[in-house]
Amino acid sequence: MNTKVNIAGVELKNPVMTCSGTFGSGMEYSEFVDLNRLGAVVTKGVANVPWPGNPTPRIAETASGMLNAIGLQNPGIDVFVERDLPFLEQYDTKVIVNVCGHSEEEYLEVVRRLADEKRADLLEINISCPNVKEGGIAFGTDPGAVEAITKAVKKEARQPIIMKLSPNVTDIAVMARAAENGGADAVSLINTLTGMKIDIERQCFAIANRTGGLSGPAIKPIAVRMVYQVAQAVSIPVIGMGGISCAEDAIEFILAGASAVAVGTANFYQPDVTLQIADGIEDYMRRHQIEEISQLVGAVRDR
Amino acid sequence: MSISREKVKIISQEQIASGIYSMWFASRAIAQEAAAGQFVSVYSADGAHLLPRPISICQIDRERGAIRLVYRVAGYGTAEFASMAAGDELTVMGPLGNGYGVAAARCKEDSRILLIAGGIGVPPMLELARDLPGEKTIVLGYRDRELFLKDDFSAYGQVVIATEDGSAGVPGNVLDAIRQENLTADLICSCGPTPMLRAVKAFAQEKGIPAWISLEERMACGVGACLGCVCQSTETDAHSHVKNKRICKDGPVFAAEEVEI
Repeated sequence: MNTKVNIAGVELKNPVMTCSGTFGSGMEYSEFVDLNRLGAVVTKGVANVPWPGNPTPRIAETASGMLNAIGLQNPGIDVFVERDLPFLEQYDTKVIVNVCGHSEEEYLEVVRRLADEKRADLLEINISCPNVKEGGIAFGTDPGAVEAITKAVKKEARQPIIMKLSPNVTDIAVMARAAENGGADAVSLINTLTGMKIDIERQCFAIANRTGGLSGPAIKPIAVRMVYQVAQAVSIPVIGMGGISCAEDAIEFILAGASAVAVGTANFYQPDVTLQIADGIEDYMRRHQIEEISQLVGAVRDR
Repeated sequence: MSISREKVKIISQEQIASGIYSMWFASRAIAQEAAAGQFVSVYSADGAHLLPRPISICQIDRERGAIRLVYRVAGYGTAEFASMAAGDELTVMGPLGNGYGVAAARCKEDSRILLIAGGIGVPPMLELARDLPGEKTIVLGYRDRELFLKDDFSAYGQVVIATEDGSAGVPGNVLDAIRQENLTADLICSCGPTPMLRAVKAFAQEKGIPAWISLEERMACGVGACLGCVCQSTETDAHSHVKNKRICKDGPVFAAEEVEI
């Protein structure tokens, strides 16, 4: 049985990755998860300088999901390179560095700084964070802007680039094609859906940013649909995420067209969920006599 | 220090005041590792309610391998926990965070210690009161005459009560009681609502008394990864490299001067 997947020339031992922002740089979760068993660790978004993030409360629970508006708090690329990358160096897993910025130049500064970092196997470019005022989602909701930022990053990046797409658009396939046209090596989706929760007793917004990104099982059917649409629209690999909390969920995304999957919110309530998903995918392959996981990618058919 | 995530058996559960419950559960692993001021994450059995509820540890029984939580029913999760009985199982992860260890290390047999707690900040003070050496004065603030846990404290020091409605002890808040009784100390440990902690911090600063305070915030991961539960720090934090500290991992107990509240 072969669970290896190939994303833009980088071989992952299995298709299970973490979602950026839900796993730090792996340090906090290494107590629960043998990071060697993950296909890849996707690190928390990192900018050219430290970002303080949004005021609290930053999170709220909703039915089968949660809202967050962390606002991309991060310690900046220098600390990331000096502290987080060497930590990940100890593990036999691929490292995907999520890059964020307020402007094209800020993205490029991070990308350039990572050019000689052998430990960064792939870059994921966050053009879809709904919780920062400039940058983030502003780059991800207009196809012209998506193509332009993709081109600019691709020109400077030494690693293959994954463009992380927002679901807060009318047609995500258009954005995926724009990324592909700009030279993206892969796309990942979906980031969170913009939502709101109101505390009716206090008659105030549940989170300080007023809006937050909705994640968790509540958004999974939307994510599966979007992964399917994007997989139909582009020929580059698609990394699927959005509410995955068990192996069955992961298989659904793979059948919809995802070459790899990422697990986010589920880490918060089941710290070792990624390992259970990796095991569960193997069980499924055994049960269905699948030799190569690639046989499953996009294999969904009409009834 | 290691964190356990396990299904634990409830040993006992009782309501001790309006909306306030006391639960003992069995966990040798958590009891061995836990210290005063730390908390556990408690999980709902309902898949629609995903996030763990952080609840501070009220008592640790290392011999019996048991943990006591005293908590207020504040929503779906805590109502579910309150509906459970001895023999039921629930999923718990802990111990989490940093407790009052740094403060405790500074306490000697002759130290004068002021423990100040309000409302649902009272429970974590019980293990601390038991744990700390020195001469302890325990100031507890309540809404009304439902003085939950008050009697549990009397074995560990002098207990001073303040009630908002004036029905018991000093009318007013814990600071009113401290001023009326003219209390002072070499060290303060405190837990309670933010306005109370703000007042305790100001009092400690005014008197030049070192103080440790326990903060709370909505949490998601509980282990320092998601950055959901930060507080503002006075100086740039060594981990975050901004003026933010993680309440779940760097706290919940902080030296009062470390944080802006």
